[in-house]
Order: sequence, then structure tokens, then C-alpha cells
Amino acid sequence: MGQLNLLVFVSLAYVIGLFAVAFAAERAARTGRIKWLRAPLVYTLSLSVYCTAWTFYGAVGFAVRSGLEYVTIYLGPSLVMLGWWWIVRKLVRIARTQRITSIADLVSSRFGKSNLLAVGVTILAVVGTTPYIALQLQSVTQSFSVFAEASDGDFDQSSQSAAALWIAIVLAFFTILFGTRKLDVNERHDGVVMAIAVEAVVKLIALLAVGVFVVWGLSGGIGPMMEKIDASEIGTWDVNAGRWAGLTFLAAAAFLCLPRMFHVMVVENESERHLRMASWAFPAYLMLMSLFVVPIAVTGLDLLPANSNPDMFVLTIPLSQGQSGLAMLSFLGGLSSATSMVIVASIALSTMVSNHIVMPVWLSATGNGASVSGDVRHVILLSRRIAIAAIVMLAYLYYQFSGGGSALAAIGLVSFVGLAQILPIMIGGIFWRGATRIGALGGLSAGFFIWGYTLFLPSFGEGMIFSAEVLTQGPFGMSWLAPQALFGIEGLDPILHCLLWSMLLNTAAFCALSLVSFPRPLERLQGAQFVNVFQHGGSARSWSSTLAQSEDLMIMAQRILGAIEAQSLFRREAAVQGIAGLVPQPTPAFLDVLERELSGSVGAATAHAMVGQIVGGASVSVDDLLAVADESAQMLEYSNKLEMQSAELQRTAGQLRRANDKLTQISVQKDGFLSQISHELRTPMTSIRAFSEILRDSDDMEPKDKARYAGIIHSETLRLTRLLDDLLDLAVLEDGRVSLNVTLRPLSEVIDAAIDSAGVLGQDTLRIKRRAPREDVLVRTDVDRLAQVFINLVSNTLKYCDAPEPELNIRVYRLDGQITVDFVDNGSAIDPKMRDVIFEKFSRVGETKAGGAGLGLAICREIMARLEGDIIYLPGQGSCAFRVQFPAELSLKTENV
Amino acid sequence: MGKHVLLIEDEPNIIEAVSFLLSRDGWSVSTHSNGHDAVDVILLKRPDVLVLDVMLPGRSGFDILAQVRSTADLQGLPVLMLTARGQLKDREMAERLGATRFMTKPFSNSDIIKALHEMSEV
Repeated sequence: MGQLNLLVFVSLAYVIGLFAVAFAAERAARTGRIKWLRAPLVYTLSLSVYCTAWTFYGAVGFAVRSGLEYVTIYLGPSLVMLGWWWIVRKLVRIARTQRITSIADLVSSRFGKSNLLAVGVTILAVVGTTPYIALQLQSVTQSFSVFAEASDGDFDQSSQSAAALWIAIVLAFFTILFGTRKLDVNERHDGVVMAIAVEAVVKLIALLAVGVFVVWGLSGGIGPMMEKIDASEIGTWDVNAGRWAGLTFLAAAAFLCLPRMFHVMVVENESERHLRMASWAFPAYLMLMSLFVVPIAVTGLDLLPANSNPDMFVLTIPLSQGQSGLAMLSFLGGLSSATSMVIVASIALSTMVSNHIVMPVWLSATGNGASVSGDVRHVILLSRRIAIAAIVMLAYLYYQFSGGGSALAAIGLVSFVGLAQILPIMIGGIFWRGATRIGALGGLSAGFFIWGYTLFLPSFGEGMIFSAEVLTQGPFGMSWLAPQALFGIEGLDPILHCLLWSMLLNTAAFCALSLVSFPRPLERLQGAQFVNVFQHGGSARSWSSTLAQSEDLMIMAQRILGAIEAQSLFRREAAVQGIAGLVPQPTPAFLDVLERELSGSVGAATAHAMVGQIVGGASVSVDDLLAVADESAQMLEYSNKLEMQSAELQRTAGQLRRANDKLTQISVQKDGFLSQISHELRTPMTSIRAFSEILRDSDDMEPKDKARYAGIIHSETLRLTRLLDDLLDLAVLEDGRVSLNVTLRPLSEVIDAAIDSAGVLGQDTLRIKRRAPREDVLVRTDVDRLAQVFINLVSNTLKYCDAPEPELNIRVYRLDGQITVDFVDNGSAIDPKMRDVIFEKFSRVGETKAGGAGLGLAICREIMARLEGDIIYLPGQGSCAFRVQFPAELSLKTENV
Repeated sequence: MGKHVLLIEDEPNIIEAVSFLLSRDGWSVSTHSNGHDAVDVILLKRPDVLVLDVMLPGRSGFDILAQVRSTADLQGLPVLMLTARGQLKDREMAERLGATRFMTKPFSNSDIIKALHEMSEV
């Protein structure tokens, strides 16, 4: 058991060492020293995540069982890298320009941002990858148990599943530590990539060391080794061409479609130039990995007991020879293979799960469509951590249910076939513009269903999901539906059987449905972007930034922000970076600031697209365009609002113009009024001044003249005083500030007082006719004001009545609480054209020198309005007549004013 | 007999004051108090100097002045315009229509006598 404890200790130390490497790499990346991190060699080595524990341990078992067929697993990826690297290059270019984060994102993005497709691919990836992760758990557990048995420990079934559980927990823990420490917009993990590169070296060295030991240590060199191989069954070239072609295709498809491969190969890709090295270095790496598989297999069969597990030869051969150090190295190699796969696969899967399943649900649940805020980041990271733990635990459960007994290679191939279902829609999507979302959904569903039915579910073994009966006779006795012999095609290997049918139906459904369905506009746009990706961006530019870009940014910023503002922004940012002058380094921080500034002017999406265009060398994605369109729509709406406001302004302007016209009119009236007042004041003053100067300057004046002139001065002074009184009275009445003094009085008394005041009684020039009984009525109003109106009317008759014997009839009528008093004289009627004008200020009829300023009737009208009544010229009397009307009782409301 | 002045004015007290002043100064004074037939009166009386009020019943002083200036015989007649409105635009109007002098009421007696002397001697 001591050795087992040592093994556990070494394993933990190794994993912690890897973590340290990852940590150091990330710190280096943060401080900008990323050049060596992003070398083509690191990229190439990171691709070795393809070589899992299955490749490390299982290839030997594969070779023992199926001879040279194991080579197909290496051949597929090598062919892709050597011959089809341009597919990878296209994927890389698309991923960069469209900011793709996973294979699910790629498919969804291509087919018009279909979240349904993203969910489908994610589920397929999770289901397809789970057995694969289970495979890693199984191989690490097996290698543990091998060590345990070698050190005579008791490592039974229950210890194995306990060990598997612990391995799963530790792997999940380290993956969470590795992969979700921070959230990167581009889903890049410098630390993880670096750790995988280190592991790639460890597993290659371990396998080569075992191989060298086998060839030179045990078999005595290449010559004897070759003889031994020739003698064994493995060496016989019994090649089934169909199987070879099928398995090679399968490996190639898996290489492109496995979520972890897509992640390291496409998402983590730094530059398309790195593909150049990888295209030859990675096949070379695979060749080295496969170089000693046959010698190890042959030697294992030769040396070890007949019932020993060939999947563990890499470990059991050194152990059987007492080479515990080499065995330990070999174990670390297997552990490296397993951990790198689990880490990358679960990171890739958790990204898909959180981006395409958790976040859409969370966002719609919280109704929060906003951009990534701190809160959302927290949710994303949490969902990824939970997803990682869940995926690893799912794999553990698969391992437990599948019994842990199946051969490693078989499990690996089950996964490969499942994930290969993505291949048709992926390749179709990037090369065929006619591919549609419906087609993709149909193809994916068909492939997924057939894979599940014919391979995945049966892989749990007879009796787990399908009974033995169903497996052999088909469901409900329909033999043509037998899971592993569809349509009566029997005798095929289950893997090939499934591959054949699933790929056939998948591709057929994809093509047929694409042809009959009609793409939505977004699909069409995205299709063009994907298929023609190389026509958009021009030559691929690196993400690394140069000062030339800063100048481009400056040109753009000046256009949008204006020269002065842009220059001050650039100078400020340069100063922040410690650079004198106007050209800061285009660091992410600076680009953020610039984007924010620009978005104030052109909107966030447009700003992002513009900066991305210059710095990223990225073509503008449809997403960006749609966002730009959204912004344009908003601006359009804004402009519509402005137009509406403009129309309203025009209305307001019209109102103002009318108001102004009115004011101008009032102003003209006011000018006329002032001019009138001036005339009315200056005329008596002229007389006063002239006569007073005459009196002053003349010593020899007749006393009679003197008295006359003094009398004129006196009367003109009275005229002035009257005028001022009237003006003030009118001003007060018009202002409405006059307070009414309401009293109760018989109307007859009011008329008496008025006639008295008008100065009629002392003269016999005017006869006044009244009818006393009619005047016998009480009025409750401001009787003084009412009397003022009557006085005016009576004295007007006195002044203006042109009859030889002037006569005034005062008649009173009562109706419904209203009192009417008519003043009708026997003089000539007022010209109809003048009948309204006489109530205006300073209006006078005729040329009579009556000494009035023309304010009397204007004052009367104001008074009657205050008394809730009216005064009008009464036509139809054949003479001059006025009618005064008012309520017998003034309402309380007005009384209280 | 002194020079002949015609006063066209509707305010009786002002007519009396101005007549008294000018008679005492040696002028032969005629008066007229409405606008309707003012031009006829001018043509009939042929004064050496005309004193014309703006606000007259029947016809405004400006109208009368315009007709005076467009009448061949009267183009050289010195005209003193009087107004009680005291606004700048009245003065401008009077000058444009060809008034020789313009005075705002109330005026000083010596001013009007001085103005008439100056006008009649030119």
C-alpha cells in the first residue's frame, strides 16, 4: 500500500504542479508577457488534448484486439491537419470574425442565431462527451487498481468505484479552479492551454520511454522487435477496407467536432499562422504517440499472463519488470491524458451549457436583457462551475452504470460517432449558403436519434436500457428496427452500422430540408458571412495591436467626436499609459474608454463594430449590423420625435405669431390711446399757457379782458381735472379693482339724484319726462355707480341733443328680476356706423364743443359690466336713445369682491 | 396794416388767445375752425403766413397741407403746423409734407410770434 500512497501523493503533486504552471501562465498573460505563451508550438501541443487516456492506454488494447486498425484513430486527425487544414483555417477565421465561443455557438450563429440548435448541439455534446469522460475516469481508476494489485493491495470492485468517485471529485475541483477563475470575453484560457501543452510533453515522454524500454530494454533492439511483430497476429495485414475508411473518417470527424478539440483548435487559437506549424507538427506528434503501440502490444502479449488487460499494458509491462519508476512515469502520462481531456472537455461543455441553456433561461426569467454586468458575470461563473461538477458527476454515473467493464476503445468510438453528427451541419454551414436552420435541425435530430438508438443506449449493455430481445429481434418483434441491424442490414460492426445509418440519414435530412425550407433573412446574412468569410476581412490580421491602428482609431475618433475632443481624449489616455504625445497604445483599457466615448455619439453597437473593424481586423458581424440597425431605428425614432416636436414648435410659433399680432394691435391701440390722452391734455393746457402768458406780459389790459381770460384759464383747469378723474376712474374700473358699495335703494331716488347732479334742475333747456309708479322698485346694487351712469346719459342729452326743445323720456321696465331703464331724447339719432364706436374711449360724435374728452360712455360700459348689466345704444326710436339693463339684486358673489 | 396770418384751429379758447397775441403784435389775423373748406378759405384769403392745426373736424391738417403744397399758387406759402399729440411721427409727417415750421402745444407766446416773423421775412 505504500506504493499506492506514494502514487496518490505523486498524482496530487503533479496536478498541483500543473495548476502552478497554469497560474503562472495566466499571470504572465495579465502582465502582457504573452509572446511565449502564444507560440505556435504551444498551440500544436495543446491540440494533443485529442490524445486522451484512451489513446495512451487504449491504443495498445485496440491493437491487441483489432490489429492495425488502431492506426485509423491517428490517421483521421493527421489527414485533417495535413490535407484539410484549410477547413480548420476557415473555422478559425469564422470564429474570430463572429466571436464564436464554442461549437454550439458556431452552429447556432451560422443558422441565424438559432438557440434551439445551440441547445441541441449542447445536449448532443454533453450526452456524447459523458461516456468519454467516464472513459477517463475508468482508465485512471484501472491504472490505480493495477498499481494496487501490483503492491499486493486489496482493490476490489467497491474500492474501485470509491476511487473513481474521488478521481471525479478531484478532477471537477481542479477544472473549476483552472477553467472558471475568471470570465474571458473570448473564452480564452492561457493558463489551461499552457498546462495542456506541458501535459502533452509528459504523456509523449512517458509513452516514448515505455516504448524505448520495450524495444531496447526487453526485446534487444529494433531487429529482434520486428521479428517478434512479424511473428504475432497483430502484424498480419488483415485489413477490412470498409472498416478502415469508416474509422478514419470517424476519427477525422471527431477531431473537428469534439467540443474540446473545437475549443483548443478554434476558440483558443491565437493566430491563423499557428496552423502552419500545427499542420505538420501535430501529425508528427501523433506518429510519435503511435510509434510504439504495436511493440508494446506484442511485448505485452508475449510477457504477461493471457488474461491480463491489454488496455493496461503500458503500465503493467514496466510493473511486471520491477520498473516502478518507469511505471510511475507511465501512470503520470496516463493521468496527464485523462486530466487534460476532462479539464478541456468540461470547460468547453460548461461554456456551452451556461451560454446556451442557463443564460437564456436566466435572462428571460429575470427579464434582464442588459449587457454583462457584475451581477450577470457572477451568474455565468456560478452556472459554469455547477455545469462542470454536474458533467463530471454524470460521467461518473455513466461509468458506474456501464459497469466499467467495456473496453476503452469501444466507449471512445461511441462518443466519436455521437459528436460526428455535428459534422454535416458544420461543414455544410461553412461551405453551402443554401443550408438552412430547418435543415440543420432535421439533420442533427435524425443523426442524434439514430446514434442514441443504435449505439449509445445499447452501449449500456444488454438489459440496462434495451432487453436482449429488443437488441436481437427489434422492438415489438419488428426485426427491421433492431437497434444494431436497421433495415435488416446485419453483420456490420455496431460502430460502423451506426456511423453508416446516422451519417446517411443526418446528411440526407439536412440537405433535403435545407432545399425545401426557406432561410430567414438573418440566416441568409450569416450564411453569406460564414461561407464567404475570406472575402470579408482581407488578409488576416493578428489580434496583436500596433501604433498604426492607434492612428486609424484617431482618424475615426476625430470624425466622430471632432478633432479637439478626440485629440484631448487620446492625449489623456496616452498620459495614463505614460506616453507623451497623442498616440496611446491600443490596449484593451484604452479601447474600452474609446468605445465608451464613441458610443455616446454613435451608439454602443456601432462604436464596437467600428473599433473592432480597426483593431480586430474582424469583419462586422451580422449581430453588429443588427445592433447598428437597431440604433439607426432608434435614431430614426428620435428624429421622428424631433419632427413631431418641430411640428409642435411650428404650432406654438403660429400661436405666438397670433399673440404677437394681437399685442401689436393692442400696442397700436395703446399708441392711439396715448396720442388721444396727449391731445386731450395738451389742448386745455395750450389755452391756459397762452392766456396766463398774456396776463403776465400785459400791463395795460382792460379789466374786462383780464377777467375773461382768467375765467377761461379757470374753466380749462376744471376740464383738465375732470379728464384726469375720468381717466383714473376708467383705469380702476378696467382693472377690476373697484370695490362695490352695495346698498338697497328705490330706483326713483337713484334717478332723482342723477338728474340733480347732471345740473338739469337749474335750467329750463331740457324737459325730463318720468313715470313715477314704474320707478317704484327697490334695487340692491352699487347705487352710486348706477347713478354715475344715469348722470352721464342725462348730461350727454344736455350737451348733444339738437332738438329745438330738448326733451328726455326716462322709462323703466321690470322683467324677471332684470331692470331696464331707457333714456330716449328727441334729438337726431346717432349715425348707425358710430353706434358701437361711441362706447370706445375718446370717441366723440360730431363737432360739438361740449368739453368732454370722450370717456363718459366708455366709463358707463365698464360700470354696467361690474354691475352685471349692460348699456347699449337703443335703435329704432327715431331719435337718440340708450338702454341700461341690470339685475335688481346684485349676486352675492360679485358683492363680496 | 401788418402782414396777414390765417389761423385754422377748432379750439375756441386757443383761437381767441392766438388772435389776441398776433393782433397785438401787428398782424392782420383771420381764423377758420374746420377742415372741410380750409383750402378754399386759404385760396380766398391769400395769407402771408398760415398757422394750421393737425386735428381738425372734417379734415386733418396733414391733408390740407398736402393739398396746399400741390396747389401751384400756394407752394411757397409758409406754413406753421400745430399739434397737441406731441408725437415724433407727427413732426416727421409734417416735414415730409412740406411744413415750414412745426410746434407742439402748449407753446410759448413769444415762440410763436418769433416763428411767424422768421417765416414771413424769408
